[in-house]
Amino acid sequence: MSDFLPSPLTLAALVKIGLLVGGLMTAAAYLVLLERWIAAWVQDRRGPNRVGIPFTKISLFGLGQPLADGLKIILKEDFTPKHVDKILYNAAPLVILAASLAIFAAIPFGSVLPPLNIPGLPDPVPFLVAPGLDVGVLWVFALSSIAVYGVLLGGWASNNKYGFLGGLRSSAQLVAYEIPLGLGLLGVVLAAGSLKLDAIMNAQAESGVWYCMAQPLGFLVFFVASFAEAARLPFDLPEAEQELVGGYHTEYSGIRLLLFLVSEFLHMITAAFLIVIMFLGGWHFWGITGSSQQITWLEALLRFGILSAKILAVIVFFMLVRWSWPRFRFDQLMNLAWKVMLPLGLANLVTVAAVEEFRPQFTEALGATTAGWLAIAVPWVVFFVGWILAGILTPSGTDNRPIRAHDPLDIERGIREHDLAETELAGTR
Amino acid sequence: MGNESMISLSGMVMAPVLAAGLPLAAINWHSVLFLLFASLASIFAVGVVLADNVVRMALYLVFSLAATAGLFFLAGAEFIGAMQLMIYVGGTLVLLVFGVMLTAQAPFVSIKPSAADRALAGLAGSSLLVVLLAAALSVDSWQRPGLSEVTAPTATPLGMALLGMRVDGPAAGAATGAVANGYLLPFEIVSIHLLVVLVGAAYLARAKRRRTPRPIDAAASAVSVVEGSTRVELPAALPPRSGSASALVSGGSK
Amino acid sequence: MNIVSLSAGCCLFATGPLTEPVGVVHYLIVGAILFTAGVVCMALKRNALGVLMGIELVLNGANLNFVAFSSPYLRGAGSATLGLDGQVIALFVILLAAAEAAVALAITLNFYNNHSTVDIDRADDLKG
Repeated sequence: MSDFLPSPLTLAALVKIGLLVGGLMTAAAYLVLLERWIAAWVQDRRGPNRVGIPFTKISLFGLGQPLADGLKIILKEDFTPKHVDKILYNAAPLVILAASLAIFAAIPFGSVLPPLNIPGLPDPVPFLVAPGLDVGVLWVFALSSIAVYGVLLGGWASNNKYGFLGGLRSSAQLVAYEIPLGLGLLGVVLAAGSLKLDAIMNAQAESGVWYCMAQPLGFLVFFVASFAEAARLPFDLPEAEQELVGGYHTEYSGIRLLLFLVSEFLHMITAAFLIVIMFLGGWHFWGITGSSQQITWLEALLRFGILSAKILAVIVFFMLVRWSWPRFRFDQLMNLAWKVMLPLGLANLVTVAAVEEFRPQFTEALGATTAGWLAIAVPWVVFFVGWILAGILTPSGTDNRPIRAHDPLDIERGIREHDLAETELAGTR
Repeated sequence: MGNESMISLSGMVMAPVLAAGLPLAAINWHSVLFLLFASLASIFAVGVVLADNVVRMALYLVFSLAATAGLFFLAGAEFIGAMQLMIYVGGTLVLLVFGVMLTAQAPFVSIKPSAADRALAGLAGSSLLVVLLAAALSVDSWQRPGLSEVTAPTATPLGMALLGMRVDGPAAGAATGAVANGYLLPFEIVSIHLLVVLVGAAYLARAKRRRTPRPIDAAASAVSVVEGSTRVELPAALPPRSGSASALVSGGSK
Repeated sequence: MNIVSLSAGCCLFATGPLTEPVGVVHYLIVGAILFTAGVVCMALKRNALGVLMGIELVLNGANLNFVAFSSPYLRGAGSATLGLDGQVIALFVILLAAAEAAVALAITLNFYNNHSTVDIDRADDLKG
């Protein structure tokens, strides 16, 4: 091998990085189009459907729209307001984009390739940039918690009250929802016995039971918390166009705004990836994908396709939710995190631990099939009990507006003020 | 298996070295990445010292500690690196930045030390650095055996050690019967400690109850003053609208 | 002042070209720089939160050394390492630093509420 060529292992990693980054950027661009289409469909109007191939009449259902949008936003004037903190203002979008891209180093985007038999390259090649990372879930979790800096510093650097409010709101929200997110994740890690995301998928494929069935409560908690982490409606308080103009990116425009928007979509894609990988079985589908590591090309492609289809479905659900639920108020958001999601997450964790602890004994006593059904039934019972308890214990609508006390003093004072004004008026006459 | 992740990470810094014309196979990517993260960590640490603006200091600290996490990854301590990113950078520093923003009123954003203090600190710092570097350079016998020889994932043994069971080298090699203990007790102590700190911090930072007389009392006394006096004059202490004040009180007590 | 020491450190790295493996010494140098920066930061800053940041830097410098001494990648042939002990200590340091920061921040916010400043030079109520 030539000295000037990197090793096959490095080359494979580079190819994966290139595919992933290119794919993600394209996906983010087309998700904008998809979001606009879905919005149009929900609101019963025509979405963007004109832009196709430039200089022709071919419109291709508007598939050229992302190109036009991107070109427009890149060619816009690169305007930096005068009152901002220059260093922080420029660093914030870079931090958030770098963090949300680096997450994907540990996220598998398929299963494995069939043996390639290239010398120097260990087979099978996994669809994963950093296959050796022993702490995949922690890596994802850690980097998604770094994204808060972009928002916080962007809001601060803008030197704008809407931006600052958005930044503070979002940091409080992201920090609060990291806890239920982590609790939902811990249940899966406990059941799968590994911190690697590909091992988690393999565990689901081997047993054939997706974790959304075995841990419904964890799935619920994780799903809601990942909505909040991705700052999607009904948890989009960081931006809240109607209240905060645009939140932390009020003062941003042009390419820097593009970075913020892209990283928002990347967060949504990450959330969809995590939901699918950890709770919806990843690339597994009963009967057609197989479950072993020895696979054919057809199976490899099928697994990739199924994973992508599931992710797309979750993303479409994200977008439908946007037009279905109104935004939470901030105190409701915090109540949900600390008073509902946190106890439910803990209940899920305890249930999973108990099920995993007693499963071998029940398998011995009752047989594998019965024990397996029991391991699914118990969490579902806990799920419904927890749901009902949460519904009873936490009021569905809280009202924290200052209550106008109708005390007699108030009325008397009103009368007295009126009388005083009368007397004064009489004096001037 | 930390090997592969490192190599894949190394792809990100390949371009500048390609330009330099070095033969790629001869380059030790581990060293290149170490150089990158080490210089980032050091430069931003110095940046924390030199910056006067407290928000920028916080940003530099974030970068410095994130680069330190990279160094942990390079040393094969993946779990520690991930924990550094998760707890330190993602938790503690967010708290710190939050504190900075809560207290960063215009006069406190940059409080500058005097020139004499700077000179003194520079002198003391550089002498300390000289001492530390001399100590560091005296430990030069430790050399790396080559990356491919060591492929030990660290998360599992670490978790086992925290549960009180040592499966790694020093303990497993103790065939003499002297089994090294794990860290179950420290682990429990730390968890109790964290609980205590949680309660303590919440107690310290809780919203204080007002020491000043409650608005409703002030309003009532003010009204009685008006009643008692013959002259028609509104006292200055009277809140503009007692409705809002009493509403606040009843809302707060609810 | 620190620029000079930093450039000295960089020169030291530059003497080992990119083809040389990294040893424990390199880690110790970075740890020393972080530690010194933290100590200077603690001594110099008048903002209470700046002092807190200095403490974080010091803890990280120490952590770096622990991890370096326990690293299997930097171990010399036949020489003993801290093994897992160093990593566990580093983990505990990270956890306790989180606790320390929470309490210190609570104290700072209390100080700010009572004195309307975060300048620690003005925290002299107990001075006789």
